[in-house]
Amino acid sequence: MTDISEALQDVFRDVFDDPDLVIGPETTAADIPDWDSHTHISLIVAAEAKFGVRFRTAELESLHNVGDFETLIRAKLAGHSGPR
Amino acid sequence: MLQMDWLPACPAGFDSLDTVLQQMRGRCDGPQGLKLLRAAAGCRRNFIQTSKADRFFQKITEGEAGIADDVLRPVRIAILAAHSVEHLLPATRVAALARGMNASLYVAPYGQYRQVIHNRDPDLAAFAPQFVLFAPDMRDSPLSLPLTATYDEVTAAVTRRVEELHALWRAAAEFTGAAVIQQTFLNMDLPVFGSFERLVPASDLSVFLRLQMAVAEAAREEGVLLLDMDQCAALAGGARKLHDSSRWYQARQLISPEVSVIWGDMLARVVAAALGLSRKCLIVDLDNTLWGGVAGDDGPENLRLGAGSPDGEAFFIFQEYIGRLLQRGIALAICSKNDPDVAEAAFSLSTMALRRQDVAAFVANWNNKADNIRQIAETLRLGLDAMVFADDNPAERDIVRRELPQVAVPELMDDPADYPRILSASGWFEAAAFTADDAVRVRNYSHEVSRMQARENATDLEAYLSDLRMVLTGRRMTEADAPRVLQLLNKTNQFNLTSRRYTGPEFQALADRPDTRIWTFRLADRFGDHGLISVVILTGEEREDGDPAERGRGLAVHDWIMSCRVLGRGVEDAVLSVVAEAADRENAPCLKGEYCPTSRNGMVSGLYRVMGFSEVEKTAGDDATFWVRSRDAPLSDRCRTACSLIRITTRHD
Repeated sequence: MTDISEALQDVFRDVFDDPDLVIGPETTAADIPDWDSHTHISLIVAAEAKFGVRFRTAELESLHNVGDFETLIRAKLAGHSGPR
Repeated sequence: MLQMDWLPACPAGFDSLDTVLQQMRGRCDGPQGLKLLRAAAGCRRNFIQTSKADRFFQKITEGEAGIADDVLRPVRIAILAAHSVEHLLPATRVAALARGMNASLYVAPYGQYRQVIHNRDPDLAAFAPQFVLFAPDMRDSPLSLPLTATYDEVTAAVTRRVEELHALWRAAAEFTGAAVIQQTFLNMDLPVFGSFERLVPASDLSVFLRLQMAVAEAAREEGVLLLDMDQCAALAGGARKLHDSSRWYQARQLISPEVSVIWGDMLARVVAAALGLSRKCLIVDLDNTLWGGVAGDDGPENLRLGAGSPDGEAFFIFQEYIGRLLQRGIALAICSKNDPDVAEAAFSLSTMALRRQDVAAFVANWNNKADNIRQIAETLRLGLDAMVFADDNPAERDIVRRELPQVAVPELMDDPADYPRILSASGWFEAAAFTADDAVRVRNYSHEVSRMQARENATDLEAYLSDLRMVLTGRRMTEADAPRVLQLLNKTNQFNLTSRRYTGPEFQALADRPDTRIWTFRLADRFGDHGLISVVILTGEEREDGDPAERGRGLAVHDWIMSCRVLGRGVEDAVLSVVAEAADRENAPCLKGEYCPTSRNGMVSGLYRVMGFSEVEKTAGDDATFWVRSRDAPLSDRCRTACSLIRITTRHD
């Protein structure tokens, strides 16, 4: 696991209040019962705070699984905007 | 991020809030779990910690039915919003918990805030809210004026919008019987004219400001409370912190999730104030809290206070802020580790904004502050849950939080420049009404001390009471008294026979009943005027017993409350004699009394007995006791004694 995926796992554990939660790139809302539109925003807000990045409004549409989160965060941290 | 810096970082005895939440995961049931969670709810917390705390709270209340309602005031709030509010609910429940309430929330379907009222939504009716919050926004029904619209056109559009809100408030109050709270509008539009914006009558900012003002005026007239978004933005650290346009487009969130904790706390304050749970007394330390330096070491004349040093000026401004709290009816007490003579001497400094006579209870000694605060509460006849304690010393704050968790202790940090902001931001003195009596009350608290001293000198109680030269004035409630009467009914806990609480519309409905007579009592004595101190509400009797020929003609004491500040002087006996006489004048065959026990009103459990009423046999399973006095039956000796010591004037019209 990379630093980013580990930190992202912490964010998920925090938001879903489950210290044993294990996520992978393929994890989607279907795998986490509490992952709904409300907690989705919480994930975004918590991830922005954790990584010190800011997602563009349009980018949020592209976040369907954990891998999408990771790719976008990696691109942000490298100084690019995410995939359009 | 500096959020909620007026709150402690974590409960006393823990190193962080996360530690507390972790501990709760292992064991979070029972009264102990609830107590710890309540302490955590009163700490600095972000929205994720708040969601966790909310989940624990739900678990505790689901695990043991009624556990929360034993110690918390249950309250039902309906939120009718034009924007998404789901993310604000945990914050509201947790903030309510911190302020002593167990909040149940109802959320109207998205964007349906008008429909649920006008269509008399059955779900809302079944929820039976005590409070209805309206939260529209500038986008949901824009006034759509061209920039060239004239001042009068703006006036007309604003008036139409406010009339629509006004109709909605009335319909909501009539439909639900709840008290209405209106969330003020939030300006979401950016200037196109720069500073010139305010000079253009139809600019977004000008229209917004006019609307804001008109809503406040309509709310004042209608007795509607406000949830002030400008103050919410200030507490959140700015309008852009409060409203994040990205979240608006993503999820129609008017309030950003990060500051949901602030919004929830603001709503909890307004509701707590309306339920009479706001604090009544500020207890302050002296050295480095009211002035810079240590009076005992530096000498009163060397203290930093007022012009001449930067922090001296800050201390003076803090005193002035406290002075304004006094003007609105908050009592002031001093609790300082000091030599009493030195502390008193400092109060005669010309640089002091507060005067010695502003202080209702002055305690300067070397005892522990928790004990001193207990003594202050006793002196002022206030509960510990009516107290806010302000002290610059973290150790003193800590001991008071540990020993007296009921006392609110804002996190006064080490810079006096921040003191007024911290005290104001903590929101413990939120008001739900302001009447002339509030302003009088503060003088009364100060007179209380002179009275106490007089009592200590008087060896004979009757001589003391006679020497007080009390005058009790009883009369039927006037329109002008109604807000104060409602306020007293809702906040009196101890001398309260039935503890019925009313929203504005419920109280109005009771007052309008043809069989209702509301008596108000004022008391004055040689030290000052106490204002309105007791209320008795008589209604036609509801219980069907007694002589069938006279059935239904008797009167019942539906509510009786009295301010505890005037206890121990026979005032309640004099009040009852007025009420009994009024019942006799109406030829009521009997006067009935009822006592409903709560955790706070034990002091009046035997009141009707000592006043000469006889107990009516009670039905099994009923906690309440019922009492009756027949027409023209003599009152007890103590009532007669009281009437000889207190001059009573009565107006029966």
